[in-house]
Amino acid sequence: MTNLFAEELTIAYDNEVIVDRLNLKFSPGEITAIIGPNGCGKSTILKTMARLQPSHSGAVYLDGKLIHKTSSKEIAKKMAILPQSPDAPEGLSIYELISYGRTPYQSGFSRLTTHDCEMIEWALNVTGLSSIQHQPVDTLSGGQRQRAWIAMAIAQETNLLMLDEPTTYLDPAHQLEVLKLLEKLNEEEGRTIVMVIHDLNHAARFADHLVALKQGKVIKEGTAEQVMNADVLKQVFNIDTEIITDPRTGKPAMISYDLIK
Amino acid sequence: MKITGKKSVRPSSKARKTLWILLLGMIGLIAAMALSLRLGTKTFQIETIIQAIFTYNPDITAHQIVMDIRFPRALGAALIGAFLALSGAIMQALTRNPLAEPSLLGVSHGAAFALVLTLAFFPKLSLAGTTAAAMAGAGLTVLFIFSLTARAKGGITPVKLALAGIAIGMFLSSLTSSLGLYFNVAKDMSFWYAGGLAYITWSSLEILSAAGVVGVVIVALLARSLTLLGLGVDVTKGLGINLHIVRILGVLAVLLLTGSSVAVSGAIGFIGLVVPHISRMLVGSDYRLLLPVSALLGSVLLVTADVGARLINPPYETTVGIVTAAIGVPFFLYLVRNEGSRSS
Repeated sequence: MTNLFAEELTIAYDNEVIVDRLNLKFSPGEITAIIGPNGCGKSTILKTMARLQPSHSGAVYLDGKLIHKTSSKEIAKKMAILPQSPDAPEGLSIYELISYGRTPYQSGFSRLTTHDCEMIEWALNVTGLSSIQHQPVDTLSGGQRQRAWIAMAIAQETNLLMLDEPTTYLDPAHQLEVLKLLEKLNEEEGRTIVMVIHDLNHAARFADHLVALKQGKVIKEGTAEQVMNADVLKQVFNIDTEIITDPRTGKPAMISYDLIK
Repeated sequence: MKITGKKSVRPSSKARKTLWILLLGMIGLIAAMALSLRLGTKTFQIETIIQAIFTYNPDITAHQIVMDIRFPRALGAALIGAFLALSGAIMQALTRNPLAEPSLLGVSHGAAFALVLTLAFFPKLSLAGTTAAAMAGAGLTVLFIFSLTARAKGGITPVKLALAGIAIGMFLSSLTSSLGLYFNVAKDMSFWYAGGLAYITWSSLEILSAAGVVGVVIVALLARSLTLLGLGVDVTKGLGINLHIVRILGVLAVLLLTGSSVAVSGAIGFIGLVVPHISRMLVGSDYRLLLPVSALLGSVLLVTADVGARLINPPYETTVGIVTAAIGVPFFLYLVRNEGSRSS
């Protein structure tokens, strides 16, 4: 089980501190959802903890090792990150895209091994893309495209999967499709999943652990019941909410909200 | 019934298509080189050329022309065409800018500036000396543009790199023109600027192949990473690629390939911009396929253009850059049109 945590992590752009001495831990084997208003630093934290951008001070540990002292390739065997709305070059097929997920295991001029091919086949099957594996990614619908990118990330064979807004720009059915796929990966494969997500009801429904952020600070973290309540949401989003228990899932759900004047 | 996607392309079929293109390209290159040896102010028979190569007789003028002028010229054009196309492909991947070309990083302008200084102050320097000066000029300019961009807020981005490159390039090019006029070497400079394949000798080929061997090895090592860059910087880093190393090696390869080309034959535009695009339309965005195809098509284009440049208005030579554009642009437009109708 892969363990990732930030200790006194400070992130700054041009001397402006975005995140100040953050302590954050993602529990192995769980789905963690990071919620918070636009510009609160959700994506920045995710990217910094995934070594995509530098930190100002503090440390990020992956399995007890300092992330900026570990080789990028070694990290890529333990943690996959899917950025927000990634773009594929024209004509790239789903199969080719997924095969790039095997990059951390290749060196020099080596070709795909049998195991690489097995992992690609598995990723195709689990995301339901086998029948269209030779279609170019740029001709797919939004939902299929996102599944193709998730397939690439899971072909990377890492225990930890980080996703930045995996459901953005998708219709309700495709959003649910993506989230159920992540849930399946978590339950059946024991993968640790961390995602930044805007839909609070989806966060409450699918995540074991919620982290509510505002201005780079953790306002509240815990189970859906602990985080999805009127007090916390008022503090984080400055909204007045009506929360009920979803009769289908038994999780808290927001049925209505208004701005606080 | 099995329904397959209309545009479905298997990876293996892409590789097979690439092999065909490479095979046709090789035939094209051999044909173009044969023409380049045959045609010119004097046209030789194939037998004369074969004799010149295999049973060289220094007393026969035809043999001398073939072996000392036309052969190095054809080989040089092939190498330079390949180098410029490879540099363009690398630049387009590194800057994630489809309009990037080798001159964007100031390589040609830096080389020209160093050259005008050498012509002004050390007019008697040997070819190796001027080449070294041009490469040093190119290298220093690239370093300067990179360090300037790196110091800006937010670090190196493709747009900032392009802007700094264009600005510094313009500045150096105006300095070059002024110095050229002042020291009365403008004529030599303008000749060099227009792209002179006419003066390629066996010693220029030594320089080209030395730079080429190192450059091509680096390019081969980078192919996989350059492909991944098409997926975005974050995805590339997330897959464990060290982008700092990729960028440094990529710029080094461009420097060697473009720098040596520019030093030998002056600035030849267009190839570095358009050949990678043509190759991308033919074989897709996998750099392991794209790079060899680009190199070969660049060779074919420049050798053919060079033959054309000699034939259009003999005994005068038309600027090779103009001919390259005249051949390449229609082909490029044809591909763009085809591409458009295919995806609509």
